[in-house]
This record gives sequence, structure tokens and C-alpha cells, in this order.
Amino acid sequence: MAEVKLTVNGKAATADVDPNMPLLNLLMEDLGLNGPKFGCGLSQCGACTVLLDGEPIRSCVTPCSDAAGKKVTTIEGLGTTKTPHRLQQLFIEEQAVQCGYCISGILLYGKTYIDKNPRASREDIIQSLTGLICRCHTHSRMVKALERYAQEVGK
Amino acid sequence: MSMKHATMTTDAYQALNRRDFFKTAGALVIGFHAAGNPQQASAQNPIGGAPYPTVPLTATDSWVAIAADETVYVYSGKCDFGQGFRTVQAQLAADELYVPFERVNMTICDTAITPDQGVSSGSQGSPTQFGPSALRQALATARETLLKMAADQLKAQVSELQIINGVISVKADSSRRVSYGSLVGGKKLSTAISAAAKFKDPATYTVLGKSIPRLDVPSKVTGEFEYVQAVRLPGMLHGKVVRPTRQGARVVSVDESSVKGMPGNVKVVVKKDFVGVVADREWDALQAAQALNVTWTGGTTLPAFDGIYDFMTKQPTRKAFIVNSGDVDGQLKAAKRTFSATYLHPFQMHGSMGTSCAVADIKGTGTAATGTIYAATQGVYPLRDAIATVLGASTNNLRVIFKEGSGCYGINGVDTVAYDASILSQAVGKPVRVQYTRRDENVAGENYGPAFVMRLKAGVDDKNQLTAWDYEGFSFSKGGRPTGNAAANIISGELVGLTIAAVAPNTTPTVPAAFSNNSNAAPAYGTGTVNGVSGSTGVLRNERVLSHTIQSPFFTGPLRSPNRLQNSFANESFMDEVAAALGEDPVQYRLRHLADPRLIDALKQAASAAKWETRSAPKRGNLRKGKVTGRGVAVLLYEGNNGYSTVIAEVEVDQDKGNVVVTRFVISQDSGPVSNPDGLRNQMEGGTLQGMSRALREEVRWDDFGVTAADWRKYPVFQFGEFVPQMVTVPINNLNATQDGAGEGAITIVAAALANAIFDATGARIRQVPFTPQRVLDALTTRGAGLPLAVAKPVKWDGFSREVVLDGSGSVEPANGALTYQWRSVGSSQAAIYGAGQSKATAQFSSGPGDYTFELKITNAAGDSDTSSITVTYSGR
Repeated sequence: MAEVKLTVNGKAATADVDPNMPLLNLLMEDLGLNGPKFGCGLSQCGACTVLLDGEPIRSCVTPCSDAAGKKVTTIEGLGTTKTPHRLQQLFIEEQAVQCGYCISGILLYGKTYIDKNPRASREDIIQSLTGLICRCHTHSRMVKALERYAQEVGK
Repeated sequence: MSMKHATMTTDAYQALNRRDFFKTAGALVIGFHAAGNPQQASAQNPIGGAPYPTVPLTATDSWVAIAADETVYVYSGKCDFGQGFRTVQAQLAADELYVPFERVNMTICDTAITPDQGVSSGSQGSPTQFGPSALRQALATARETLLKMAADQLKAQVSELQIINGVISVKADSSRRVSYGSLVGGKKLSTAISAAAKFKDPATYTVLGKSIPRLDVPSKVTGEFEYVQAVRLPGMLHGKVVRPTRQGARVVSVDESSVKGMPGNVKVVVKKDFVGVVADREWDALQAAQALNVTWTGGTTLPAFDGIYDFMTKQPTRKAFIVNSGDVDGQLKAAKRTFSATYLHPFQMHGSMGTSCAVADIKGTGTAATGTIYAATQGVYPLRDAIATVLGASTNNLRVIFKEGSGCYGINGVDTVAYDASILSQAVGKPVRVQYTRRDENVAGENYGPAFVMRLKAGVDDKNQLTAWDYEGFSFSKGGRPTGNAAANIISGELVGLTIAAVAPNTTPTVPAAFSNNSNAAPAYGTGTVNGVSGSTGVLRNERVLSHTIQSPFFTGPLRSPNRLQNSFANESFMDEVAAALGEDPVQYRLRHLADPRLIDALKQAASAAKWETRSAPKRGNLRKGKVTGRGVAVLLYEGNNGYSTVIAEVEVDQDKGNVVVTRFVISQDSGPVSNPDGLRNQMEGGTLQGMSRALREEVRWDDFGVTAADWRKYPVFQFGEFVPQMVTVPINNLNATQDGAGEGAITIVAAALANAIFDATGARIRQVPFTPQRVLDALTTRGAGLPLAVAKPVKWDGFSREVVLDGSGSVEPANGALTYQWRSVGSSQAAIYGAGQSKATAQFSSGPGDYTFELKITNAAGDSDTSSITVTYSGR
């Protein structure tokens, strides 16, 4: 066991955990977050995606020790139901989820790519989501919401 | 640890409030917000005091209650897994009760407080809740009861009253008024659901029929939504299961010393062949489960994966006729032409995005056991009964609370993981959360959709009309949905030693008393006549549909459009094969054999939206290499009575690599009055793409050691990064019909639409799912010669000159072979043609000004020909 200190959604957090434990378990069990989710534990689906110092990673295969001293952002850190992030608002407007279990990966990979590549094309956006799964297959709506976001960011 | 969250779920808190009322009133109704705050509530065990009384289906109070603050509480036994049915049910309540949508508070699926409506499956949510004796009937009864009460209070006749936003007033004098809350707030309606209570006319709906945004979407995209995976109870431990890798393997021994001293206070739990571990943290439990040394028996021998379809047709089977008109053999003999084909469909899995999870808190043993189980189940009551069987508990001492998990699409691992959590919790006397690993879920958690072999035959007369249809299908079965009497329908029930009867073979097929096309084994084109009564959508009287069921090596169960999807792949592919062999257009040929006006309309609307060009398949002129495009269609009346669908697929096939890219889907759906147009579109879109994933990618594979489809690499599905087709949805708002299901129509016919589109593009018929690149390439090797395409056009010309050059050089011979050309002048104005046997000919307008029509006929070496016509207007000098 070791003390891991990190910043999660802007707040300092400390947990006494096995440093080899996946970051996802720390976020779910120690911090009570519901945004990142366990999908496969194999880095194959993206349900557990969080931003680590601004870059999307798979928290199910990232040991806690890798997050020590770093900034973690989950989808809770983007916005809330009262004050959603613009991208979350667009997903609401497009009703771009069904079960919603996959949403962390779609939002965080999509947002990171578009923020770096304003005016990304539809094809670029689809490519940026490579390696993510949405089993309800809500692909077309998700891509549409991200396209709208890209158009707004690119203005 | 610096932070530890142990909070009660919001649903549990709400339910506790209702339960407090039971204790005081001794009856099932809520009429007020009970006292208490979240802090107090979370300090208590949400179980309250068992046993839980039965929630009577017949009492209006079981379904609806109105609080003094005007909130309308609605209790439903139909769940929501992301389709939006929670929202639709709230819309229904708002409309039937004439209250604002925001005033409705929905509670769904909790055995302590919602009526027992069985399972939420089979696209039965809308038919049930909008049908007789369920939610809509209860709401209508409540409205009429409230009107009568208001009439008494306001000293007026019911006919003189109006309801606006939950306030009843006298039409002639709206100052005489009373609100629902002041009329009954906190009190029972104490009335039975009345069959005579009148539904609101769908034409007057103000909330239904609108694209009300789903209630769950904002919290899902912000991470606030509380899935079952996020249920956290005070003192909760974490469990993991240890499964045998081989089917039917039994425990020989469990070496507990293998996990001794591991972190997290590891406990090993063994119940016959069920093995699991419990620890303080999930990480501890996972490591212990991986380290635990269990010796298993060798298990049963699986049939060889490569020979599975052959195996299926050689086993003892349970046979059942769906329909048998009795004269199919004779009609096939008498037919002008006959056709036959065999279609193969693999085992597939639900492959839910999140692995299954449940949290159970069980205290005590035997009939004294009590407890609460949080599960993402499709059936809280059946699951409660099944867990009671597994634990030897009394059903009324257990409470199952539905908490949404990830999309399940049928019976994935959510029920069996609820057994696991219950067994482990009971063993350690603490609340236990179990979430499967991906391997647990894929290999030893869920019930697969079964493999199918389907043999089709048909005969036609000299007018190309179908005269006989013969279907013989073979499929697997083992287990299914869990119930109190069949708790071994899922794997953990079998592991703890419960049994279910194996499939019992018979020699003489059973004969139905009435026609039911619940499995869509019968084609849409038959009359479905049993005992003189026709029950299907077509015109063909001579049909024989025989199903064979075989004992399955794997657990099987409903997977989105169970059996209907497999059967429709065969039936709708075969209809296309017959049409193509006869040179008929696939839409027109279907229309010739359909009788049901709604199915005809769904087909025509989709064809119109797709700008369907009337012609036969395959598409003329497509080259035999490189990328080619094509289109395919398929139709359906889901379950024989539950929603009309048409799917048109447009594909691009790479004939060198075998890849299929879908460029566009056009989907129509008539499920009666549309409750939520955007929600319907979302279901049509998602269902179609999931169907595409299943058709192009998905197959459960195994080897001698067991199922190998343990993760997303070994069970590939359609992912991001690939193409995303354009989706065109055509919802048909049919206000004169009943509300049917809509979530499984499109998915059922996507495979056939794609196979038909691949045929149209390439001339190759693919009869085995999934359509992997290799299978597409294999199909290409057995296709017939491509058909030439005639393309006639005039060379640019001024309209005045006496001569025009006719150009047929754009004609295509798919294999680049030789073509012969023949031009002729047709129609009333005849022209002379020079070089009529050349690709380019010259026409001379010998008859003066007028319209001239020329026809080009091309013929290839195989004798296949095509014609193309052009008309030009000669103005003269």
C-alpha cells in the first residue's frame, strides 16, 4: 500500500492504495465517481477513459502510481447537469446516447481531438474515435454532436 | 483512505419513503412525500421490514398516486435500458392525466413497490403499457375517478368539467375549481382498474407524439447517472466469480491455501460447483479470483466448431410446425420452377458494453433469509423468485430493485451476476458487489443467441407467382430467462446444482392450434392459415414451416430479436434469390405477394425515401473486380403482430479484399402512434447499426478447451474508426393503430438487406453470417457471370442536322469480354441507321421532324443481353 496524491477534477485527493491497482478502481471506490466505467479491463473499449494531464487514457489499465502527482479529469469534471460543458450540451441536444455506458470515451477522445484540431472533418472525427465501442451503436448521433462541436470550436 | 463514499441510491431512498407508508397504512399507496431526509435514510438499511406484500395489478393505487404538492407518482413494471421508455411512460401519464410532463415522477421495477409485470422484453413495453389492464388503463381510471370526486365537490356533472394542468374546473365557470393535489393529495383512490375507463384519443395527445428529451440523457453525459455498477452500500464488500473454462466442468477441489495471506481479508465461497471470492476491495477480489487454485473435471466435449452446422442437422430434435398447409410437396412438384438454398447463422452474444454487475445484501439463511438485490435485470419479479430458489429463501422476504446497467439487448449476464452477488453476500453476511471481468461475461456469464441452419425451398408458376414455400430450421436451446421454477436457466443456477429439463426430442412434429409467427419463421408472403384462419401478411396459401430444436452445448436465451433475426435473414434473403432468378425487381416482387396494407405501406415509404430504381438484381454493368455498389431490401412484421419495418441497405463491396462498406440505410417503421419521434428514430438507427455489426462481424467461436470469444478482439463488433453509414429514418405515425414495439424491427432484417445488397453489387449470394471479408471473397468465386449493361446516348448534336450519331460505347461487359451491338429505330417515326451493328451508329431522320426512339441491344459471349433506349427530337431545318 502506498499513499497516492493526485488532482481529480480540480480537487486534491489522496488515497492509500496498492500502487498497481488500476486508476479506475481508485476513482470509483475511493472517490465515488460514476463517470469512468469498467467495460473490459483490457483497454479495448474506452468506457473507463479519463484525461491524465489533458490526454485521454484508459484508466482500467493505468496503475494508480502512473497518476500520482498528475491531474485527472473525468466527464464529471467537464460539466454538470446544471452547467454542462458545451460538448455535453450538444450530446443532450442530439440525444446522442442510448444506455450511455460508453460515453466517457466518446466525449473525452472527441473533445481532445477537436480542441487540438478545430474544424475537424466528419471523417477526421470518426478516425479520432478509433478503438472505442458503443454497443447501442449510437454512432451516427455521436458523430453529429461532435461535428457540431467542431464547427463551433473552429469558428 | 481519505474519502469513502457510502451512500444510498436515490431509488432506494424514494422506495423507502413509499415503504414507510406501507407500515403506517398497511396498504399499498403513496400519497405524500414521507418524512425523512437522505442523511437519516442512508443510515438505515433500505430493506425495511420483510416480508414485502404483493403489489396488486388490479388496483389503480398500485400504478399512480398524487401528492399534496401535485406531483404525480407513477409506478411501472417495465424497465428502461437506454431506449427511453421511462420517458415515454411519463409522457403517457402526463397526457392521460392532463398534467405537465415535469410533474410526473416515474418509479420503475422494484418488487416492493411496483406491480408485477413480468419481464421487460420482446418489444412488449409499449403494447403492454398502452394496452388493456396496464398503465394506460390505470391512468384513465385515475382520471375518471378524480373527475367523479371533483364533480361531487364542485356540485357539477362530470360532463360539465374540464381538466387543465391537473386542475379540474367547471367549463362554464372556471372559478369553481379544484386541483388533483387538494382533491386527493396523500389519499388513496381505492378503486380497481376499470376496463370501461376511456383512453384519451391519440389525435388529442399533447405530450405524447412530441420529441420530449429523455430524462436520463443529461445525467448520463455528465457522469451523474447512477448505474447498478455505481450502487454503494454501507460496509459493502467486493466479490468475483471463478468459473470453469470448460462447459459442464465440476469442482474436484478448491485449494484455499492458494489465496491465503492475500490482501483484503479474502474469503472463498464454494456452493457445489459455484466458486467465488469476497474481499474488501474490487482489486483484492480480482487478484484473489485469479490466484485461487480450483481443480475442475474435464467437462463435456463440445461439438467441433468447424462442423457445427452439419452437426445440427444430425441430432435428435424437438419438431414443431408453425404452419403446414398440407400440400407443399405437391405444389413443389407441380411448380414451373423451383428454388432452394440453405442459410447459416452463428451463435452470437449480447456483448454488453459494461460487464454485468449486481449488489446484494442478504441476511440469514433458509426461509428466514431476507435481503435486497440491486440488479439491471429485465424482470425484477422473476429474478426475485429465482434467487429465492437458489438461496432456499421465501420470495416475499426478498426485494429486487432495478438499477439500469449498460444496454443488455436481452438476457446477458445481469441475472446470473445477481445470483452470484446474493450467494456471496449470504455467505459473508455483508452487502457484496460483483462485477464480471470481460471474460466472465463473455465466456461464462451470458446466454447466447443460438446458431441456426435454415433450409428453404420455393416453387413458382408460369407467371412467376410463388406457389409453395417450404422452411425447415434447426436451432439450439438450453435454459433461457430465469424464473422460480427454472432458476437453472442461467449458468449460476446450474453451478449451484439446480437442473432444468433437457430438450425432449419427438418423432411427430407438434401442430399449432392457431397461427403464431412469434419467431418469424414463416415468411411475410404466406397467408399463415391454420385451421382455416389466416393470420399473416401475404397471399401465398401453400406454406410449410417446420422448426427443429436441439439441446445446446451453451446456455442460450433471448438476444435482441431472438430467432426472428436468424429466421428473417433466411426468409428475406431467399425471397430476394427467387426474385433475382426470375429477373424481378425485389420491391415489386415482394409487393406482388403481400396483402397487409401496413406492410405494403412501410415498404413503399422506404422505397420512395430511398429513390428505389425498379430493376432486377444483380446490378447490370458492375465490373467483376474493384469496388462496386448495390442496394438491398428486406421487410418484416415483427413477431407476426408487433410493428412493421423495412430496411434498405446501400453498400460498396471491395471485390479484391472482400470488405463491405455500408454507405446508407433507409429504414421505415410503423408501430402505430409514435410516442416520441426522436426516441423512435434513435431506436431505428441504433438497432440498424447493431444489426449491421451482427451481420458483418459477430460470431461466437470456440475450440476444444471452450469458448474463445473472451474479449473484443476475439468477438469483434462494429467499432468507431470504421465507416459510419448515412441513416435515413422514416417513422410512420399511424394514429389508427395500437402502440406496437419498435426497438427490434430494423435489427431483424438488416442481415438480409445487406446480403441482398451484396448480391446486387457483385452477383454473389452470401448465405452465412457474419459476412466476413473471407466469406465475401469465397462467395465471389461461385457467382454466375455478370450481366452486361447497355448504355445508349446520342453524341452531342444540334437538333437540326439530319443525322445523329448514336453512341453505345459506354455499355459495360462486367468481365471485359466481347459484346455485339444492334441498333434499331423503334416507335412511329422511323429513321435509317447506318452501322447498326457497331458500338457507334449513325441515324438519318428520313421521316421529317418529330420524336425518334432508338434501341440498343447488346449481347455478350454467354448470350446475356441488355437493351437501352434513347429518344431524340428532330426539329428539322
